[in-house]
Amino acid sequence: MAMAHNAQPQLLETTGSGESMDAVEVDATNLATKELNDRLRELMLSGVEKVVLRNVCGQRYIGTRLYTPEHRKMDIEIYGTPGNDLAAFLFGHNIRVHANAQDGVGNTMDHGEIVVEGRAGDVLGFSMRGGKIFVRDSVGYRTALHMKEYEDKKPVVVIGGTSQDFLGEYMAGGIVILLGLGGKPHKGNFLGTGMHGGVIYLRGTVDKTQVGGQVDISPLNDADKEIVDHYVSEFVQRFPDLGIGKEEILKSDFIRLSAKSKRPYVKLYA
Amino acid sequence: MKSFVFPEFRIIRDEAKCGQCRGCERQCAFGTHTYDPVQDRLISDDYKCAGCQRCVVFCPKNAIEVRPTPSPYRANASWSREKMEDLKKQAETGGVILTGCGNDKPFRVYWDHIVLNASQVTNPSIDPLREPMELRTFLGAKPDVMEVKTDKGDVEIRTKLSPNLVVETPILFSAMSYGAISYNAFRSLATAACKSGTYFNTGEGGLPKEMREKFGKCAIVQVASGRFGIDAEYLNCASAVEIKVGQGAKPGIGGHLPGEKVSAEVASTRMIPAGTDAISPAPHHDIYSIEDLSMLIYALKEATNYEKPISVKIAAVHNFAAIGSGIVRAGADIIAIDGLRGGTGAAPKAIRDNVGIPIELAISSLDRRLRNEGIRNRCSIIAAGGIRCSADIVKAVALGADAVYIGTSALIAMGCNLCQKCNTGKCNWGICTQDPRLAGRLSVDIASQRLANLIQAWSHEISEMMGGMGINALESLRGNRDHLRGVGLYEWELEVMGIKGAGE
Repeated sequence: MAMAHNAQPQLLETTGSGESMDAVEVDATNLATKELNDRLRELMLSGVEKVVLRNVCGQRYIGTRLYTPEHRKMDIEIYGTPGNDLAAFLFGHNIRVHANAQDGVGNTMDHGEIVVEGRAGDVLGFSMRGGKIFVRDSVGYRTALHMKEYEDKKPVVVIGGTSQDFLGEYMAGGIVILLGLGGKPHKGNFLGTGMHGGVIYLRGTVDKTQVGGQVDISPLNDADKEIVDHYVSEFVQRFPDLGIGKEEILKSDFIRLSAKSKRPYVKLYA
Repeated sequence: MKSFVFPEFRIIRDEAKCGQCRGCERQCAFGTHTYDPVQDRLISDDYKCAGCQRCVVFCPKNAIEVRPTPSPYRANASWSREKMEDLKKQAETGGVILTGCGNDKPFRVYWDHIVLNASQVTNPSIDPLREPMELRTFLGAKPDVMEVKTDKGDVEIRTKLSPNLVVETPILFSAMSYGAISYNAFRSLATAACKSGTYFNTGEGGLPKEMREKFGKCAIVQVASGRFGIDAEYLNCASAVEIKVGQGAKPGIGGHLPGEKVSAEVASTRMIPAGTDAISPAPHHDIYSIEDLSMLIYALKEATNYEKPISVKIAAVHNFAAIGSGIVRAGADIIAIDGLRGGTGAAPKAIRDNVGIPIELAISSLDRRLRNEGIRNRCSIIAAGGIRCSADIVKAVALGADAVYIGTSALIAMGCNLCQKCNTGKCNWGICTQDPRLAGRLSVDIASQRLANLIQAWSHEISEMMGGMGINALESLRGNRDHLRGVGLYEWELEVMGIKGAGE
């Protein structure tokens, strides 16, 4: 079950002390997307394991070009706002954004971790197959769309706020947790439309009319509670500045959205 | 419910020849033949027969004949037998009619209305057996301007070139996924592609890990809306990456690989749980515009360190040439267009038979559009969907394609008889199935040899046809519509293809 994630990747310091001894700083001012990613790749190939990017302003695909056959890993801290497709196809790196993120965060990512100290745009975690994404605030449309899982790869997305429409559409695996912190109601519609795997936990509630026809709404069982407890702890650890304890979050009721069938279209054909 | 549908095929068994070996019974996954021990004879159920001819070919006594049955209904030009029986099946089930292979309806096959030129007296023809003939071509973006420096006879190219695929002959294997086709069929395509200096396309079902090292260099890996089996390793092991937007057999819709076909091996290649439906949404939900497409193209270029050309495959539909222009401007190095007759492992028949346009008309429109806009050099065009022979390829190139994808032709080379039951997963030829008993019937050695033979034969025929026109390089044939003439075509059709009528 989900507790297979106990082995935590070593995270960067969260209190602005990212400038640890061996971290290399890159000033992204006036660097084009390709130039910035060229630089990141060079650093990784030269053996650097921690990078702090300053003054990032819309550069895309940060973290995407960091695949090596030896599976090198890198920790990246981002100051400023990264552009679309942050960490697309991410292959095991850790990224922390000290700001908002734009669309396509973690697109088709395989493993690794992304922490966003703010909000993120649309299609976050699209087709994601492994790794974790933590977003402090809310996210846009089509989050965790067609997220999947395979064997020990089970992607996890934890959102502090809420999401807009089409959360978990076509979802085939993985875990999405929406915390609705700050009393944010879940107003998104078409949640889990076409869902055929995975699970969404919502703190608070939604109306039946907000979810897709393929979705069951149920209370949490003990196993669910254990999963939620585990990932809420991880969320709280990553955002100490929020000043909210795990217990306070877990005091409220959660609901569970899951697929009615692994085969939603089985009766479609003659 | 009693079905009112008549059998499509009649099985005629010559009892005098039949040795009751029960080979036919074992060959047929549809359960058509059963042995009756009381009578000591084989009984055949016409209703179950798919018309795949497997039992006919493998009967050691040549005792079986499978014939299409004539329509049992009163002749009716409007209500064909197929229309009536599809309707009955739907009245009986309430479901969508699924089918496999490509559009089999009598739309005009333009290849058969185009004739090729040959040299007579002037510009003498070339004999490819005696003189070099260049079929090699490069697929990918070419620079707007090529800056060269010559130094004591050495030529140095100063312009930074984009990555290109080198193909020794303009024939590539079209996207057919492991999952839709069997492992042996998939591996046969890969083996033949490597042997023939060309490429196979993985389709959207991933590339099994154990095949990556050996076959990655002749693989084009696909990224489709389901994003199955995609990680950085998969993208980087291949020679090129193709974003699949559309497919000629089913433009505008996605795909469902039914749970029955998602075996443990298919599941591990696609990286999804075994037994679940593998659902490919109709659109890529991160692509709602040309700008979004560009974002994915560059995400893939980034993920592959700008080392591989990125292809975008679309179905040929109305106004697609304008979309093609957008695709080039979005940064694609190759556009693959798939026409009306492109095949599939499963598609709703209503879509397969009614959506899209013929590839012949599409190639020419796209080539012309890109030329008129001065961006033809920025991408190569691969034409797909309905290529049946070497002459079709010559015509496709002369209409403006750089190369072609063959799918159905490759399957026929391996043994397929177009029974159109791919969607059932019971392919008796071991091609379109995940049943290990059936898939084991296809020998990789034999099937890959048959494919390599086909490529060799067609390549030679292409050389002969080019030589006859006095052309010694594929590059000189591309877009060379002067070598084509139409026969029996309307003015608008000639105009769309940019060719003259025969005799002109």
